[in-house]
Amino acid sequence: MKEIISILDKNGFVFALLIVGLIIYISVILSKKVTNQKVPGAAIAISIGLVLAYFGGDKGLASIPAFSGLAFLGGSMMRDFAIVSTSMGASFQEIKKTGFVGLICLVLGTLIAFIVGGTFAYFMGYTDAKSIATIGGGACTFIVGPVTGGAVGASSDVIAISIAIGVIKSIIVTISTPFLAKRLGIDNPQTAMIFGGLVGSTSGVSAGLAATDLKLVPYGALTATFHTAVGCLLCPSILYLLVRLLVPGSV
Amino acid sequence: MKIYGVAILACCFLVGHITGDALGRLFNMNGNLGGVGFAMLLLVLVHDYSQRKKILMPESENGILFWNSMYIPVVVAMSASQNVKAAISGGWLALLVGVFATAACFALIPFIDQIAKKRSIKSA
Repeated sequence: MKEIISILDKNGFVFALLIVGLIIYISVILSKKVTNQKVPGAAIAISIGLVLAYFGGDKGLASIPAFSGLAFLGGSMMRDFAIVSTSMGASFQEIKKTGFVGLICLVLGTLIAFIVGGTFAYFMGYTDAKSIATIGGGACTFIVGPVTGGAVGASSDVIAISIAIGVIKSIIVTISTPFLAKRLGIDNPQTAMIFGGLVGSTSGVSAGLAATDLKLVPYGALTATFHTAVGCLLCPSILYLLVRLLVPGSV
Repeated sequence: MKIYGVAILACCFLVGHITGDALGRLFNMNGNLGGVGFAMLLLVLVHDYSQRKKILMPESENGILFWNSMYIPVVVAMSASQNVKAAISGGWLALLVGVFATAACFALIPFIDQIAKKRSIKSA
């Protein structure tokens, strides 16, 4: 047993790939069989990750020797690298077509989520600018939160909260979109793009639209991808600076 | 060659980080201001340019697409290596923000939709 743990520990990164593969395999099955694809596999997988982290220490599951590779696979370098690659799916021509309205959605969606998240954070006792910005970022998507937290140097527990917020958002979006689509007028490409840009959360938007009308998925997913990019751009920069100015004692 | 695509991705990533870092210094903070965002925008522009000029072969694009598909796995590993024990006290905060932030975004859709429709009537 000792020998095996030492091999797993030495090859932590490879072992982490195996663990994550297993988690996602289980999540996809759960998504299909238990939730009838109402909750996306990605959201379940991230939730399982958070639950597993509870059984570890201050670095989550990665605090346990054999699992140390998770901290590298999920570390800031790999995370940022993988996130940047997702923007390749978005074509510049398509963004131009959405044009001015698309841009308003992206900025407004980020702002609203950030303000809601930041305000709740402040009144629930997270009064330093770093935590406020990170939780505000988490209210955009589960990516913007940790990217913001990593950039401004927030603590790991605050980053964990920001991931949880993003995951909850993505689940709510997935489940509620088919029910709300009619009332909100999401039945054409343009409104789908507005929806994606405002709400963000690529996995939630794609899954929600898929359950509403499959033809709308690419439009919503396109602007949702950009929501993450705009969030990663604005939250750790302008918005963080504003929070620093607004919150007394944090400068 | 797949590595060409990966190399382009790496280049965008680094330029974005250097930009973000320079901005951080400009505002006198030890942090990275929007580096990932810059890198993403840069990759969109580079990819768009190379597609129009047909520089990037599909095989090279696959190098970037591989990392694209590793995005959720990396996020899963990231959540598994957070300090969740210390975050449990913030569980209610997570739930409240998740619900209210989503509701606020949903509420805005009809308004923006109106603006969009008015604009398209004007331009038509």
